Amino acid sequence: MTSAVPAAPILAEIEAHQRRARQRFRAQSASVWVVLVGGLGIALWATGNINGDFIGKWGPFIIGGTWITILLSVTSILFATALAIVGAIGRLSENAFINGAASLYVSLVRGTPLLVQIYFVFFALPQFGIVLPSIPAGIIALSFNYGAYMTEIFRAGIQAVPRGQREAAESLGMPERLVMRRIVLPQAFRIIIPAIGNDFVAMIKDSALVSTIAVQELLWRAKTVGTQAFRTLETLLIAAVVYWLLTIVFSYFQEKLERRMAQGDR
Amino acid sequence: MITEPTLAQHLGEVIVDARGIEKYFGANHVLRGIDLEVRRRQAVMLIGRSGSGKTTLLRCLNFLEEPTVGSVEIDGVRIEADPLRANARGRQEQIRQIRLRAGMLFQEFNLFPHMSVLANLIEAPMRVRRIPHNEAVTAAEKYLDKVGLIEKRDEFPDRLSGGQKQRVAIARALCMEPKVLMFDEPTSALDPELVGEVLTVMEELAHEGTTMIVVTHEMHFAREAADTVIYMDEGQIIEAGPPEQVLGEPADERTQHFLRRFLSSFPDRQGAIHDR
Repeated sequence: MTSAVPAAPILAEIEAHQRRARQRFRAQSASVWVVLVGGLGIALWATGNINGDFIGKWGPFIIGGTWITILLSVTSILFATALAIVGAIGRLSENAFINGAASLYVSLVRGTPLLVQIYFVFFALPQFGIVLPSIPAGIIALSFNYGAYMTEIFRAGIQAVPRGQREAAESLGMPERLVMRRIVLPQAFRIIIPAIGNDFVAMIKDSALVSTIAVQELLWRAKTVGTQAFRTLETLLIAAVVYWLLTIVFSYFQEKLERRMAQGDR
Repeated sequence: MITEPTLAQHLGEVIVDARGIEKYFGANHVLRGIDLEVRRRQAVMLIGRSGSGKTTLLRCLNFLEEPTVGSVEIDGVRIEADPLRANARGRQEQIRQIRLRAGMLFQEFNLFPHMSVLANLIEAPMRVRRIPHNEAVTAAEKYLDKVGLIEKRDEFPDRLSGGQKQRVAIARALCMEPKVLMFDEPTSALDPELVGEVLTVMEELAHEGTTMIVVTHEMHFAREAADTVIYMDEGQIIEAGPPEQVLGEPADERTQHFLRRFLSSFPDRQGAIHDR
């Protein structure tokens, strides 16, 4: 009892010391970023290959494509999530037809390149008389593709909900659908939020592929402006930096969300 | 089931009537022809070694396990075991009718972690029994008060102790106003100092005349609260009768052996009821 009293100031000191050490580490790590990125930027500038006037003139147009990129990614992740819920329930269904259809979907999508799927929706479907504008075509292809990958994530999430949860709900007389909707899925969501966040960041980058079907998003603008003016270095740099910043921002939010979910199991 | 004339008078009509229950897990014969009758207001305690089939029997009664052979009737709803079409559509609805009449309590409580205590309690009454929100809340508060946890109404389960979780689970089951409560080793997952609070609630329910079937290892609780104690071994009912008979002067050698071994391996359990 008496020994606890002189220990208290030491404990506070240790804690303050550890806090300072953490802050120092973070500051040093951040300065490494600043030095490396800044150095690289200056070195590029020093080569004399970067045309500042050109960037000033065309930069805003290219950066304007960010909104299309965000629109594509957000819309597609929403559709993909909906597809994934249906897909996961299908993959877990005891009905052989539903189960078969769901597993075929996953296999087909995961077994073919995303680029082929994008081309198929935009270039091949018109032969059946289905002609889609490029943005809807891009959203359909991206949703379809990510929906399959996320189906597996959702399936794992649903299976990770303890069996007792389902049994308790069923014992209260809740019918199967209600058990799934009210008890299992909300808990599965909690489990897989980090994985959905990862997929969203990946989606932002993969959305660049729809530049190949003339969706005027970030990469399409960079490529078009760059090739016409023979200044691809500048335009691709702009696009790369924007993608990078986008993923940093979303990763930050994702991390915050994850931490909030981790606080208590609610 | 053996029921003495005096007991039969105090009790009411038959609520649970299970006949010829057999259960195999693969080649493992877990239940070997169980007949069980439970009357209104009767508190039945199932005791026996682990692996004797007590839990499986309980789970067969509300079809969390499909019996291999036999029939279960609860409050007039009768279902024949039919493992070949266990998941048929019309049958699921019948099973649901049985579950509405039989509340189940689990060793692991199984509160819904993403809902507050109150939300746990009103979920099924509102969505299954279609009771209006304010009535469901009133009933939930009544039962929370009964288990002594009204002040935890808005907490989430992760903020409760194990004993509190089990008491909330009891309140949640009561909110469905079942005809019988079935407890599957409700205190086995609890730290010893939390066992008493749960048993107190259960004892109170038994004395109020709640119909219940309890799988338990708490012998003193069984002695205090049971109308009937059933000793099971190797998937069969070996002995059934009032607690003073089965626990006090067991007729069957296997029961005697079990009780002797139990009391010598858990001497502290003898005081479980008096210590709190």
